[in-house]
Amino acid sequence: MFVRLVYESFRREKRRKVLAGVAISLGVTVATAMIAIATDIGDKINRELRTYGANLVVTPQEDTLDVEIGGVNLKPPSDGRYLHESDLPKIKGTFWRHNIVGFSPMLPVTVNLGNAKDLTLVGTYFSKPLLLGKEQFSTGVRTTHPWWKVQGSWPDDSSLDVLVGERLAAKLGVASGTRLEIAGQLHRVSGILSTGGGEDDQVVAPLAVAQQIIGKPGTVRRIYVSALTKPEDALSRRDPKTMNPEMFDRWYCSPYVQSIAYQLQEAIPHSHAEQIRQVAQNEGTVLSKIKGLMLLVTLAALLASSLAVSAAMATAIFERRREVGLMKALGAGHGAVAAIFFTEAALLALFGGCVGYFGGVILAHEIARAIFASQISIQPVLFPIILAIAVAVTFAGSAAAIRKAVLFDPVYALRGEG
Amino acid sequence: MSHRAEIADRRAGRPRTSMFLRMLVRAAVLRRGRAASALVAMVVAASVTTAMLNLYVDVQAKLRKEFRNYGANIVIVGKDGASLPADTLRKAADTLTGRGILVPFAYVVARTSDGQSVVVSGTDFERVRKLDSWWSVSKWPEYSIGSPGGSTEALVGARAASVVSSKANTFDLTYQGRPIHLALTGTLSTGSVEDSRIYIPLSEFETWTGLQPSTIEVGANGSPEEVTGIMQNLVNVLPAADVRPVRQIMEAEAHVLGRTRAALLASAALIVLTAALCVLATLMGWVLDRRRDFAIMKALGASERLLNTFFAAEAATLGVVGAILGFVIGVGLAAWIGRVNFNAWVVPRFGVLPIVLGGSVAVALTSAALPIGLLRRVQPATILRGE
Repeated sequence: MFVRLVYESFRREKRRKVLAGVAISLGVTVATAMIAIATDIGDKINRELRTYGANLVVTPQEDTLDVEIGGVNLKPPSDGRYLHESDLPKIKGTFWRHNIVGFSPMLPVTVNLGNAKDLTLVGTYFSKPLLLGKEQFSTGVRTTHPWWKVQGSWPDDSSLDVLVGERLAAKLGVASGTRLEIAGQLHRVSGILSTGGGEDDQVVAPLAVAQQIIGKPGTVRRIYVSALTKPEDALSRRDPKTMNPEMFDRWYCSPYVQSIAYQLQEAIPHSHAEQIRQVAQNEGTVLSKIKGLMLLVTLAALLASSLAVSAAMATAIFERRREVGLMKALGAGHGAVAAIFFTEAALLALFGGCVGYFGGVILAHEIARAIFASQISIQPVLFPIILAIAVAVTFAGSAAAIRKAVLFDPVYALRGEG
Repeated sequence: MSHRAEIADRRAGRPRTSMFLRMLVRAAVLRRGRAASALVAMVVAASVTTAMLNLYVDVQAKLRKEFRNYGANIVIVGKDGASLPADTLRKAADTLTGRGILVPFAYVVARTSDGQSVVVSGTDFERVRKLDSWWSVSKWPEYSIGSPGGSTEALVGARAASVVSSKANTFDLTYQGRPIHLALTGTLSTGSVEDSRIYIPLSEFETWTGLQPSTIEVGANGSPEEVTGIMQNLVNVLPAADVRPVRQIMEAEAHVLGRTRAALLASAALIVLTAALCVLATLMGWVLDRRRDFAIMKALGASERLLNTFFAAEAATLGVVGAILGFVIGVGLAAWIGRVNFNAWVVPRFGVLPIVLGGSVAVALTSAALPIGLLRRVQPATILRGE
């Protein structure tokens, strides 16, 4: 009889059930989409924050001082120590290799260009394909320095083409396509570089060109590394030398900027890796603020959607007072009536929850694609959680209305008053 | 004049209005529960909307403040690396008028006692501390107290420290034959070129080298348009200097802020839409529930216009009351979110009120109009019979 009552109620009152189901689905859709976005936004914003450029720099261990003012290198050319270019792919072999978005080696050398003496030429990768084991990836300044803009075209890493900084180009009267003689060799200017930094007064060339000029093949001066990191906390700031083995493991296996620096130092012989504090220190705060904001907004979304669900349920039950009156007049107890309503609510919640979950997943994907141009990862564990929330909210929303309906005097209900 | 006639007289004065108002009030009082639940839905929807709109406007300013921690977004340098004219700092400060912070830097290459080259910079420590908050400094020099033992307090970069400092904490540098005696007060670590430099107070730097600052770093506050405006003003005021944007900082900020704003906007739109739908459903239920009142009024001879006005007035009242209550709660909600996340209150924006008010009334009227349209086609007798 109980099953039949519930079944008939769904069969005969399709319109109302569909309305309530739609309300629940909509509420769950919004909740799912918001939770999915809020849990993934940290990763998304972390990637966006990489537009600030490299957050780690690797230099030779026994390095001499940089003597540089406003992007102009004043150090004698033969001075200083070097890292080996052949060690570079090892960066992608460290524990947190998947967190390393890109890296660029730099080799500044001093050159003369006609009348312009003591100019800095920087050798680097633009977008160089590298091979580590079977994995192929390309890296260079186009990944690590996304604010560099080129008028013309980017040089190929294996060519002799160079970029000339915009202020230097204006001074020399150089345009893209011009041929320049640098250190006894002709180079084509493939584009004019604008960075808003010291590079505007420099020449930027493929790494091999710079190595050839100073006659030190296979060397680099420093490496800029752009890595996805976890915001700093108390553990990250501790000195690894003072940690016990257990704590060290935990520290080593967390993508803190300090532990990635430590691993880079391990991977590249005779090197010293350090965080670039201007970038590394601030991304943690910005990231946690944005994450916190989205979390609070998600709470607001959950509030709004649970309200929508409760309102729909309350209305649906309120309209069935006559039915309740009839059941009670025929001798049904409070418990039996409440059980019917709660069963119906649970069925609606489960059904609406399923539909809403998949709707929410699609919505989250669309939003992520529109805003961040990337896929969103949704944890499968979210599904049971969402269903549980849907059932709980539906019950909570129905409880007051069911209580009222059950306590209502059948005589009034049947007469249609109240 | 009898008592009854007096009442009749008074009623004749404003027959329609008094009855109309009475119907409105009685409807709300008699069906307290339903009216209250409709009102609650309205209030929650309006407050969530208010909070989201308030946040959306304010969060950008709040986040921009966070992004200013990345340091200067404009630099002023002397043309071809020369020193800036003496009045540059004052002129730039006049242009900026408190919308940011200016830090002067002067640089020379000095020699240590064993002949190594090192870059020495003169600056204003108090301002650097504010602009470049990421500098990790063991101890900031307090040069206002004066230099102890005839030496100048210096902040030495982590890598420079290993070159210059012996066991004693003092060392000597020379620039073009002019010596200076420095005391290592603190070390500085940034992971960048600053690590190879030595920083001393600007006044001491000027007496030592006779050189003026060659660079001014500017952390200008505001939206991209405002920063561009400030930059343009600086270009006009300082014809003898090169004013450049720090593209790394400005572009990344615009990029991240744009993405965050878009995410927030999408969430706000979703939330507002859900809230509006919820109100629509609740109010429609409320009006449908009162089809008997509707039928009785119609049976007693109420005109269509009167009925429409009645339900519209009811919905509008609900919308206005809900919007005002919701606005107050929403402002509180936004303020709380600001306090929790940004440690700063979100200032109430009263420009949001008309939007929320208009939106609430519009949603309320729509949700009243839909069921009325349905009921109008039905004979009162059918409704009254309970079918």
